Order: sequence, then structure tokens, then C-alpha cells
Amino acid sequence: MKYSALALLRGALAAHRNWSPAWRSPEPKPAYDIVIVGGGGHGLAAAYYLAKNHRLSSIAVLERGWLGGGNTGRNTTVVRSNYLYPESARLYDFSLKLYEGLSRELNFNVMLSQRGHVMLAHSRHDLESLARWANAMYMNGIEAELLSREQVGELIPALDMSPDARYPVLGGFTQRRGGTARHDAVAWGYARAADALGVDIIQNCEVTGFVKAANGAVSGIETSHGRIQAGRVGLAVAGHSSVLAGLAGFRLPVTSYALQAMVTEPLKPRLDKVVISPGTGAYVSQSDKGEMVIGGGLDLFPSYAQRGSFAVLQSVVAATLAIFPSFSRLRLMRQWAGIVDVVHDSSPILGPTPVPELYINCGWGTGGFKAIPAGGWMLAHVLATGRNHELAEPFQLERFITGRLIDEAAASGIAH
Amino acid sequence: MMQLRCPDCGPRDESEFTCGGTTHISRPDLNASDVAWAEYLFFRDNPQGVHFERWRHTYGCGSWFNLARHTVTHQVLAVYRMNESPPQLPNGVP
Repeated sequence: MKYSALALLRGALAAHRNWSPAWRSPEPKPAYDIVIVGGGGHGLAAAYYLAKNHRLSSIAVLERGWLGGGNTGRNTTVVRSNYLYPESARLYDFSLKLYEGLSRELNFNVMLSQRGHVMLAHSRHDLESLARWANAMYMNGIEAELLSREQVGELIPALDMSPDARYPVLGGFTQRRGGTARHDAVAWGYARAADALGVDIIQNCEVTGFVKAANGAVSGIETSHGRIQAGRVGLAVAGHSSVLAGLAGFRLPVTSYALQAMVTEPLKPRLDKVVISPGTGAYVSQSDKGEMVIGGGLDLFPSYAQRGSFAVLQSVVAATLAIFPSFSRLRLMRQWAGIVDVVHDSSPILGPTPVPELYINCGWGTGGFKAIPAGGWMLAHVLATGRNHELAEPFQLERFITGRLIDEAAASGIAH
Repeated sequence: MMQLRCPDCGPRDESEFTCGGTTHISRPDLNASDVAWAEYLFFRDNPQGVHFERWRHTYGCGSWFNLARHTVTHQVLAVYRMNESPPQLPNGVP
């Protein structure tokens, strides 16, 4: 069913009893050409682009829990492409461009809101590094605008701009195309569109092992629903990449950390920009429901627990209140964490693995949500053709051996 | 908040400590291959389960020590000094 204003009207006349589920819940078939492990944004996008761009059928997505229940549903919904190095700029801007057309592409409102992303400078050194950063973005063909102290104050009236502010704001820079998108809708939109093209999305199906052919290549998957034969397998499991890689018999340069976020009770519109202050560790935007969405830092020890520690929550809240004192009476409604896959250069790993016919999309660390369309596109390309997309070429696992790292300190805007 | 037991100072809050990552990794020979160096520098087991790791009591006595800690429950199963080898954990550890 195509979603439209007319469909809504028709639904209203039928007392909304005419809606069908947005995707099927099929039993897995015994074999597929391509199986994708991980039903988050990246896995679902990969399945969609396999069907759409490469016109393949016989595709399955296996998800251990429910769709978008991992990091896709646990992030701060920010999209942006303000990266430093040309390789990253190309990849993330490709992603942002796909986001810009995504609601139409998927016939599903992902509620993209390009409200602008503002990074704050609190010291002369911050100003210098932001100038370098904005210039790098210009060089990479991505718009960025340096802001004076006065301009920041006009854009974000809620900021503490008083002379005795604990962290004085000296300036900043903005990417006006940055903003937010509804995270659940991204997963659901891709799932619905992939399902419509014949992709089988199988939830509550945990992968417990890999079946290998005599030549060492992956030929199937052991799951909680039994064995499924697969011609090629793609992994898109973020913080659990090392666990799946372990089952397949190789290691990754990944450490899993808990990254937490929280929302306050809803309030009237107060903040219409995404604000990040790397110096203090605050990362705030206001959701369409009115909640202040506050991104946390990492709990800096390896963790697979999907909850953040109170120590980090405390420092994140303190930082946020230091720059937005007027939020001090708000109550936090919810706090949660996702398990992120951090690699040493804060850049993704996209492509083949040491196991033939097994491909991976991981290493996005703290910044996977904004990369969903591009990550899915890249994984689909390599699964369909056996060759890397040109944008994915620099992001190979091999770079940790050759030493050609893409050290993207900007990867999340928060130091890690 | 986690509490860790520094071998010298006893139990303290997590915020006094810094995690130094996986412990018991030994540096390869200077003439080792690129693959061996990559394994040493970058590649990790990253287990979902018991992890042997180094911690430093940064805002306390400043000393380094080892922990065996479960990465899902965050339960600390053993604390031991830098020059000790990893302890045998009882069977049936979560």
C-alpha cells in the first residue's frame, strides 16, 4: 500500500481499519542467495539497495531481537557530514544526500529536519581547530560556516552567553544541512521498502554459527530457526561485530563500548539546532515531541551491557547544564545505551573479511546512524558484485595492516 | 556506578580509575611482520564475557593493576597485580 494523503483520508473514512502490516513476518526459507545478519538501519538499508539497485531477489535479513532495537533505536538521531578527511567527507556526504531524498525514495516519512548543526568553541584553541575543520570541509566541497560569538548567540538563544559563564562561548561553526531524522522511521522505512521488493525480514532469529564449505568460504548460517544456506553473507551488527567475527573464526580491530543517551521531559520549543560542545562534552537537540535529547560520552571500558554508567551520565548532565543553565529544572525521563564498535581511527570497515563470501559493515563507532544509507549502499554493492564501491575502497580491514588509517578524530564530534 | 578494588587502596568509585584496555599483550619482535604488528596494535578478542584488562588508579595511588571483569554484567571476578599471570576462574563463571 502506497502511503499518501489520499491513503490517510481513505483510512479515516474506514475508521483506520484498512491498514495492513508494513512488512511480512515470514518463516525463513532453507536457502537464500544473500543473507544479511543484523536488522538495524545498516542491514535493512543493505537489503533494500540489493533489491533496488542490483535487482536481486532471494535476500534475507536476520535480526536477533526486533527491527531497529539496537543502536538504530538508541542514538541521538543526528545526521551531518562534517568530517575532516576527503575519504570520510565523500562517504558521509553521500549518506546525507541519500537522507535528503529518503522519505520520497522509501515512501515513508523519516522526518528529516535539516535544522543545522552547530559546534561551539570555548577557547582560542577551539576556534583555531574549528577554523581548520571548516576549511577542510570547504576543501572537500561541503558547506560549512564559521560563526562569531554573536552569531552563535543569535542562533541559540538558550545558551549561557553571560560574561561570567563557566564555559564562555567564543564562536563556533555550523553545517546548515545537518540536523535530525526520526531513527525508528529510518529502520521501518527501509524494512517496509525492502519487504515490498521481496526481502524476507526474519526477527527473533539469532545467529549461532557459520557453516563453511571445503574451501573455507561461508556457505550457510546456523540460527535459532535452524540452518540457512547462503551464497553470500553480510554482517551489519555494530557493537556485536567481534562476537560474530569470532563465530566465523577471525578477529577485528574493534572494541565495544556502551554509548549512552537520555531524554528529558518534553517542553515547548526552546532549541531548534543540534548543538555540540566538544570541550564540555555536551551534545543536545530537541525532538519533535519536545524532549531534550542529550547524547552522552562513552563509558571508557569495554562493555556489552546496553546501559550506561551513572558516572558518565553525571558528567554529561553537568556539561549540558553548564552551557544551558535554563534546563536545570528538567527531569530526565529515560536513559539508555547502545553498544558501539569503536576502531582506532574512528572510521568504518566496509568490505571483505578474511573469510571468503563473508562481508562486513562495522566500525562506525559512535556515529553509525548518520551513515545508514551509505553503509547500506556500500554493503549492498560489495555483496552484489563482489567488488568494493569506490567510496568504500579506503575503508578496508586491510588498512590496519598497511597502516593507511583514516584517523577521523571528528568521527562523532565527541572526543574518544 | 561501578566500584573497583585497587590492590593498594581498596574499593573506590569507577570515576577514580582509567581503563587501559586488554592486558597480557606482548610486543612482537622489532623485525616482526606487518601482520604481527597489526595484531599487536589493533586486533582484539573484544569478548562478550570475561575480559582480562588493565586499569590504573589514576586519581588515587596512580598504580596499574589487572582485572578480570565480565563485559555484560560488569562483575569483577578477580583483581591481580601487573606482574601476576591471569588467575584461574572457577568453572561456571557467567
